[in-house]
Amino acid sequence: MPSTVALTVTRYRPERESEPTFQTYEIPFRKDWVVLDALNHVKDRLDGSLSFRWSCRMGVCGSCGMKVNGTPKLTCATFLSDYLPGPIRVEPLDYFPVVRDLVVDITDFVRKLKQVKPWILRKEEKPLGEGEYLQTPDQLDTYKQFSMCINCMLCYSACPIYGLEPGFIGPAAIALAQRYNMDSRDQGAAERLNILSEHDGIWQCTFVGECTKVCPKHVDPAGAIQQYKLSGATHWIKSLLLPRGTR
Amino acid sequence: MSAEPHYTLYHPRWYRRRVSVWWWLQNRSYTRFVLRELTSVFVAFFAGLYLWQLHAIAQGPEAYGQFLVRLKTPFFLTVDAVAFFFVLFHAITWFNLTPKAMVVRLRGKRVPDWVVVGSNYAAWLVVSGAVALVLLRG
Repeated sequence: MPSTVALTVTRYRPERESEPTFQTYEIPFRKDWVVLDALNHVKDRLDGSLSFRWSCRMGVCGSCGMKVNGTPKLTCATFLSDYLPGPIRVEPLDYFPVVRDLVVDITDFVRKLKQVKPWILRKEEKPLGEGEYLQTPDQLDTYKQFSMCINCMLCYSACPIYGLEPGFIGPAAIALAQRYNMDSRDQGAAERLNILSEHDGIWQCTFVGECTKVCPKHVDPAGAIQQYKLSGATHWIKSLLLPRGTR
Repeated sequence: MSAEPHYTLYHPRWYRRRVSVWWWLQNRSYTRFVLRELTSVFVAFFAGLYLWQLHAIAQGPEAYGQFLVRLKTPFFLTVDAVAFFFVLFHAITWFNLTPKAMVVRLRGKRVPDWVVVGSNYAAWLVVSGAVALVLLRG
């Protein structure tokens, strides 16, 4: 086991540089350290000017997504020991504008997420007196996987389509739309399909499949999008063939 | 730390990276994806070849004979071999991806992925067997 490891980090200080550069720090190697611990060590002991986002340290908040040796990762769940002997290269997520060092601007994602209405939509709310909307374990099971998304945006950073077509609504937002579509309490599928069957919706996806590979929560956004395409196409064929009332 | 930093007032200057035209060479799965997309060209090639064959058959035995001779030229044999490889790649990669798009549920439980993939391969074998039977008998 080495006693130190080299951590190469993207630096971008817009007041000084017109494009990002790299800076290497020699940090102590500890078996139980993740990349985020190493970054915090740099921030606390070596260079207080390094900027990066983090919060929970336990794979729940989705703030600490960065590229580690080229692959989008949650840095709180990526052990230094998996990258020995180093150097370990930490970069900001791809395809998002870099604000500073490892911090990217996520406005685009948040706007798209809101667009797909990721909440329960009802045509008519039932009166409070009738109690809650009940659901069986099997009904929960149909969408549970998609509800695990923590909005960490690793899937966007892995998706070359999002890089090439920045208008694409993207993996996580579509998976979350599907999460609500498949929820037995929700009635908003048709409303969401209107948004997602447009040019920047599901049909932009060409099924590269990398989003699913990098997802730290095993959400499988690629699966969600393909299932959405299938149900969208079925809906379209039905609307062509069947009279209005039977759809 | 070097000299006094000059801070930018107001809006920060964001850095946007451009996507390189060689993005698909960056990692192996991107390359595999682009190859998979490219297979559609070869599938179209085979479709075109069949149409040409039908046309030759319609023109009579002499034209069909000429068509067969042409198919045996080294050029066509090479193109066919390459196209066959890509069509095989096309079939296998798409079969393996079907469980992602098709979630089959039986009695409330999700049918395992390998069953969905396996039934595709089984159907492929059966159809290929039937076609082979017809051809070999003739």
